[in-house]
Amino acid sequence: MIAQQQVKSERFRDEQSQPPFNGIIWLLAAMLLVIIPHLFRLPIWISVSCLTVLGWRVLAEYHHWPLPSALIKLAITLGLVAATYLQFFTFNGLLPGSALLTIMLCLKLLEMRCIRDAMIMVFLGYFLVTASFLFDQSILSGLYLFAVVFALTTALIILNHPLASSNNQRHYLSLTSSLLLQAIPLMLVLFVLFPRISGPLWTLPSDQTSAKTGLSDTLRLGEITQLAESQEVAFRVKFNQAPPPANQLYWRGPVLWHTDGRNWQDISPQSPLRKLPPKQQPQFSGDAVNYTVTLQPHKQSWVFALDLPTNIPNNVSQQFDYQLIAKDQVDDVMRYSVTSYPQYTTGEPWPLAHSAALQLPPQHNPKTQALAQQWIQHGLTPRQIVDQALEFFHQQPFYYSRTPPALTSNDPVDEFLFTTQRGFCEHYAASFVTLMRAASIPARIVTGYQGGELNPMGNYLIVRQSNAHAWAEVWLASQGWVRVDPTAVIPNERIETRLDTQRFQTTLGDALTAQQSDWITQRIYWLRSSWDAANHQWNQWILGYDANKQRQFLHNLGLDNLSAKQLLFMLLLAIASIVTVVMSYLLYDSTRSKDPIIAGYQHFCKKLARVGIKHLPSHGPHTFCELACKQLPHHEQQITTITQCYIALRYRPDQSRHLQEFLQLVDQFKPHKK
Amino acid sequence: MVEPIQKTLKQINHVIYGKPQQIKLAFCCLLARGHLLIEDVPGVGKTVLSHVLASSLGLNFNRVQFTSDLLPADILGSAIYEPASGSFRFHAGPIFNQVILADEINRATPKTQSALLEAMEEQQVSIEGKTRALPKPFFVIATQNPGNQIGTFPLPESQLDRFLMCMELGYPDAKAERRILAGENRRQLLGTLEPAIDSDTLLQLQQAVDQIHMSDALLDYVQAILSFSRSSPYYQIGLSPRAGLALVHAARAWALIHDRDHVLPEDIQQLLPYVAAHRLHSSSKMSASNRIEIVAPLTEVTIP
Repeated sequence: MIAQQQVKSERFRDEQSQPPFNGIIWLLAAMLLVIIPHLFRLPIWISVSCLTVLGWRVLAEYHHWPLPSALIKLAITLGLVAATYLQFFTFNGLLPGSALLTIMLCLKLLEMRCIRDAMIMVFLGYFLVTASFLFDQSILSGLYLFAVVFALTTALIILNHPLASSNNQRHYLSLTSSLLLQAIPLMLVLFVLFPRISGPLWTLPSDQTSAKTGLSDTLRLGEITQLAESQEVAFRVKFNQAPPPANQLYWRGPVLWHTDGRNWQDISPQSPLRKLPPKQQPQFSGDAVNYTVTLQPHKQSWVFALDLPTNIPNNVSQQFDYQLIAKDQVDDVMRYSVTSYPQYTTGEPWPLAHSAALQLPPQHNPKTQALAQQWIQHGLTPRQIVDQALEFFHQQPFYYSRTPPALTSNDPVDEFLFTTQRGFCEHYAASFVTLMRAASIPARIVTGYQGGELNPMGNYLIVRQSNAHAWAEVWLASQGWVRVDPTAVIPNERIETRLDTQRFQTTLGDALTAQQSDWITQRIYWLRSSWDAANHQWNQWILGYDANKQRQFLHNLGLDNLSAKQLLFMLLLAIASIVTVVMSYLLYDSTRSKDPIIAGYQHFCKKLARVGIKHLPSHGPHTFCELACKQLPHHEQQITTITQCYIALRYRPDQSRHLQEFLQLVDQFKPHKK
Repeated sequence: MVEPIQKTLKQINHVIYGKPQQIKLAFCCLLARGHLLIEDVPGVGKTVLSHVLASSLGLNFNRVQFTSDLLPADILGSAIYEPASGSFRFHAGPIFNQVILADEINRATPKTQSALLEAMEEQQVSIEGKTRALPKPFFVIATQNPGNQIGTFPLPESQLDRFLMCMELGYPDAKAERRILAGENRRQLLGTLEPAIDSDTLLQLQQAVDQIHMSDALLDYVQAILSFSRSSPYYQIGLSPRAGLALVHAARAWALIHDRDHVLPEDIQQLLPYVAAHRLHSSSKMSASNRIEIVAPLTEVTIP
């Protein structure tokens, strides 16, 4: 009889060998997917050279071209790195960094020869996937990158596990799916329990090149704002009660004080006012409005709240002019809860603010100043002057227009008020404040957002960039600061809407019958609402899951005040229990059997395992019997009998004869070490 | 049933020292109606083994030395004109014997090789439009020099597959070799051998092999081994259904030799190196130097 030969065959993977063709093709496809999101952000020449290198490698793979020599590779690498430096003048920062990474990844393709190189490519690919999240954390980007991870993992599996035939794609895909599915519980545990650090873990180098979105701290008359056209979401608001009426939805943003006659700016950074809180807390009356704002990152530091906010969050400070400033620039989605009172009376301003609210360059806009002087000479009170100005906008043929004529003269307010008379909120707010100041009434421009669209799916308010607005505030001795919106007094018939949108709507209307069009509009509206609701949930639960939310979540589970160390411990515990559950399921699954003969034999093996004799899945009954007898000679008889019974039952022609006897024997078998 | 087997084995072991394992395998191959390929260097007793096997079983034996100028007709035979009768008469070639030793089969050209292999597969020969049955039992032992010698035509995979088993004889151990050196001439001993069993008994034994019980659990096991070999990264090409069939036949014969009426998983594990290894091509992920290492992953397949 041949002794069972225990051959430990050395099976090492030859890392220097050439990767399989289908592995390379998968890898190249995955690489393309990895770099696509970066290509849109990077300068065009980088994108073109990356795609060229990738395309060349694909062709080289098909035509078996040799890879370029070391000298050529060196030249290309140095050239591209130098060009990247010349583009950005630094390698620091998000964009230059990712540009360099993308270029290097593509250049690595030029020297990918063996399996080891291909593996490095895959790992670099994973890294670039992570880098993509620094730019974009939306749902779509998440889904896309998940697909990329799938492709990368498939490439990794093919490289590790080259099968003879290439028609095994389905096998690879199912292997990848099961791997990623198994990773999901671990992902959830890590997401929920990994300690969150309040505040950023590291500060990303600030990017001068990346565009700030939304409002700006300067208002230039006569420049057309692009904001009005943008459907991008600025923030979303969830009210704890019914939202206030639309005419109270003024979301306060930057307040503009200083003007040179044409441009309006926030108060100068040197001004001592910058550091001051409001001089007096406003007196609130009426009902409070409680709500939570989810602010999209806009790379600025101001945050928005309804007039006038109280109970502001900790990481936000209120300035003397009631604008809210976050401690750090808003680079990630920010969530905060505020209480506002739509009805309020503010107190005295700081004396410095009082004078800043009257600042006006003397030589500019003489006609406007003359008009204001005329009203003063009529002996009107400030309140009456405000009404007079609003009356002026209402009576004169002022038009609200998104595309007003440019104001080219040195006195743009004069030009607007007396010549063009077409403009939008900025024009009205700026000229109104100029009028007020000329009439010695303290006034300032407040920018921010007005209104919002109620999403019925999630019952929250969406405020888009197109809701951007500018209005005025005047200080009246009896009432404090009072909001005046001069744009609102323009009668409806003098509001010009964009022609091209109208035209688009009519062609759509022509093509479809009224009913269909109605149905389609409803569908589109429904789709848009659902999509926005999904985004809102994503922001709220995924991106907004910070230290606070984590604490709250754990509190709901009955776990309070966990330190980071305890959290990590819990994390390990959770992972360990997941692994245990999976392993025991697998074990249970492999041992589970309905056949009483197999179950009996497994019982027998388990008993022997307890005294240290392990049954391998590849052990035949005879082999195992010999093994066990050698270690437990005093049980030799029992072990042999049971094995004989088992063999008779399982492998001999007439089964089930001695089943009861066999089970009894196994039951009575009580092995122990000598 | 086992008594004639034991008797035969004892007699062969008496002539060939120190190779009980290989003798048992060769006998198993014969019982399973398969053919045997021995891969080894010259002078380790291949010829003696086949000769002893034939003599002990009372079979007639012929040996064909394969050379590069050997033609198919030299093996199969040909029709020769006889002036006396004025007609062609068929002169049977060496293949019409019960045991044939095809020595150094890889020295002959592929054409000659395939003539032999075709006869092995079909158990009959067609010459000049007439089909002639080969004697029963019919057993071919082919020997092959290790592939890297000059002037050889290695057998292609498709033809290797025709051999039920492939093994090495190997050098005898020190003790056995000493007895060989001290003892009388082995070949002379051959002449004195009496058959241990006759060919009828052998045919009965071959039929008995088919009666050996192979349980469903074991068929599952063979199938698991086959499918593992096909999906495993260690092999370029997996085992064919013919290989699975060979495994089943050989395991039955092996069980009979061990006086069992049923096959055990161990039978299959023990036969794997000899039945499966020559049908497998290990991939670059495995560095295997002998047939036991080649099938090592297969022996680790879970027994259902």
